[in-house]
Amino acid sequence: MVETDEKTETTVDERPIRVLVAKPGLDGHDRGAKVVARALRDAGMEVIYTGIRQTPEMIAEAALQEDVDVIGLSIHSGAHMALFPRIMEALRARGVDDVIVFAGGIIPQDDVPAIKAMGIAEVFGPGASLDEIVRKVREAAAERRRQPE
Amino acid sequence: MATRQRHDGVTRQEGEPLTPQPSLPQGERGSGGLGGAQGARGNDGALAARFAAWKEQARRQLGGEVERATYSGFPVAGVHTPLDVADQDYLRDLGLPGEYPFTRGVHATGYRGKPWTMRIFAGFGTAEETNARFKYLLAHGESGLSVAFDLPTLYGYDTDHPLAMGEFGKCGVAVSSLADMELLFDGIPVDQITTSMTINGPAAVIWAMYIAAAEKRGIAMEQLGGTIQNDILKEFIAQKEWIFPPRPHLRLVVDTIEFGTRHLPRWNTISVSGYHIREAGSTALQELAFTLADGKAYVEAALERGLQIDDFAPRISFFFNADNNFFEEVAKYRAARRIWARELRERYGAQNPRSLWLRFHTQTAGVTCTAQQPENNVVRIAMQALAAVMGGTQSLHTNSLDEALALPSEKAVQIALRTQQIILHETGVPDTVDPLGGSYYVEWLTDQMERGCDEYFARIEQYGGVIPAIEAGFFQREIAEAAFRYQQAVEAKRQIIVGVNEYVTEETLGVPLLRVDEASEVRQIDRLRRVRRERSPAEVARCLRELERAARGRDNLMLPILDAVRAYATLGEICDVLRGVFGEYQEMPVL
Repeated sequence: MVETDEKTETTVDERPIRVLVAKPGLDGHDRGAKVVARALRDAGMEVIYTGIRQTPEMIAEAALQEDVDVIGLSIHSGAHMALFPRIMEALRARGVDDVIVFAGGIIPQDDVPAIKAMGIAEVFGPGASLDEIVRKVREAAAERRRQPE
Repeated sequence: MATRQRHDGVTRQEGEPLTPQPSLPQGERGSGGLGGAQGARGNDGALAARFAAWKEQARRQLGGEVERATYSGFPVAGVHTPLDVADQDYLRDLGLPGEYPFTRGVHATGYRGKPWTMRIFAGFGTAEETNARFKYLLAHGESGLSVAFDLPTLYGYDTDHPLAMGEFGKCGVAVSSLADMELLFDGIPVDQITTSMTINGPAAVIWAMYIAAAEKRGIAMEQLGGTIQNDILKEFIAQKEWIFPPRPHLRLVVDTIEFGTRHLPRWNTISVSGYHIREAGSTALQELAFTLADGKAYVEAALERGLQIDDFAPRISFFFNADNNFFEEVAKYRAARRIWARELRERYGAQNPRSLWLRFHTQTAGVTCTAQQPENNVVRIAMQALAAVMGGTQSLHTNSLDEALALPSEKAVQIALRTQQIILHETGVPDTVDPLGGSYYVEWLTDQMERGCDEYFARIEQYGGVIPAIEAGFFQREIAEAAFRYQQAVEAKRQIIVGVNEYVTEETLGVPLLRVDEASEVRQIDRLRRVRRERSPAEVARCLRELERAARGRDNLMLPILDAVRAYATLGEICDVLRGVFGEYQEMPVL
């Protein structure tokens, strides 16, 4: 299921894309995270789902231990502007600075530019399709693997 | 991440499994009664022949199956006839409103006697800000209060706890001590108005604060009316706002039931909730079955404590969702009343008619509100509210059109309240009780709901009850599966969501959003620190020690909790003592 990329000269990494689906914040709204996790898994990726109520440190630690390509953050509590910078900082502190981070949940459009400025690649709002999420995760992971080590 | 919208009415695809498959034999309940359904029994043979011919013709015209499955898996027949309710016995299965089994309503005169309570769920920021919103709602004709607490409060943390960072006031109001509770209800006549509080993990503590705040104003607890949600089982099943493991949590629930039975005769000590189960992705049938199973588990826990069924059962209330599949929702409420009455009388031997009443609050389905073209949500909410009223709800919250975007603005809340007022005063719907009673379709769906519940009850029983089924991940898997199936239907456009996967327009958002003022958090933390500074440390320490002693034993914890809140011990301090004794629950996530 891993996409090969014919445009590059380098050998395409054949390992399945590894994704950490994580729920920061205190809210228990895990429906979206679970549906997305399952869709990514059905698309051939290896998905690690953290469960709910994860602190920034727990998420960064899991990303490091699991050696993931992509992190998907799902949050519905409204605490994203407080927690996302701490997650990015916790990742950097562990040297995990080349992982692609996506976010989703109930996140007002007005906050999106600031979130992208933190280094988060994309914010999926309510109504985002699974196809779109799978495609963007795949593209981002392929792009990351093309980067020289 | 994924779309949060969903509703019922998915067309079944060939080969797609339906869960569950209602298969119990029909008409085996009850003790028999008078007459056949709708007086049509004598013509059943002729009708069956004509229906078969109709169906054949319909199949040709449609070029395929005539049946279309609801999201719960009920095969809707294209047209429903007396054949579908041939096993129904009017007096046995329906009766008049106010009569067993209460299918048509618990009150004889329905909304003519008492309109439903218009109760808008509200809470954000500090106690002062939410108090102002309460007064705004009351001034606009709201008839009962409903408090939303913020996430730290729901988890039993004070606002200045490290895990509370960024969460203050976002999903509701922060209440960390009695001082906050006093401000929250300042100037509100709590002896005259009923208050519903959506609080579960720390329900006993928050309820104690409400009681203590009233007490300080000279209002005795016997005079207080309202509801605490206090439904911890559905937290483990769906909403995930637990603190302790299931068994000590259940003990706390029974403590509140016991205390309320003795001291607060007008208080509903539990609101057994399907709302969150549905929002997490369940079908209507699963919502109903899991909720009633939870209700039975609470009854059994209270009986085990030695309480008498007719002493506590009248104060058990329920809370359901109102989603988009109109008739399935109405059938769900009707079936809920009938099943509960039968279970309480036949299984638990309740005698008091009030014990048999399933009284419920309804909230329109938050997940059906779309972020796209949010004005359309007004229409969805109105239809969902109408289903709740047709189903005989005792109390109703209508969502605001900006639900999928942020906390509701004042204007959006006003439209939500006006929606209920229009239904009450302009539609004529409240003029007669259970206006859809006797509809072949709705009666058939009601029967289907009941059979489907029986099947789920048997499956839960096989696990050894609700808690073992939670620990085995049964409910969580069922819900995740239904949510995924629904999302697939949306992706494949078997389920159309207007403005999301069809009739899409590019538009900029025209809805003003409410933001929580960051200065509020500073004020809240200042107050919390002042409370800690000004109270008697010796008294707080004594109360917390006494609470710990009681928690390690078997005493009812309400009295030590009340003493602790009166001494201004904070929510976090009280819950920390209980965490120390009971431990904290860790879920094994189920995908």
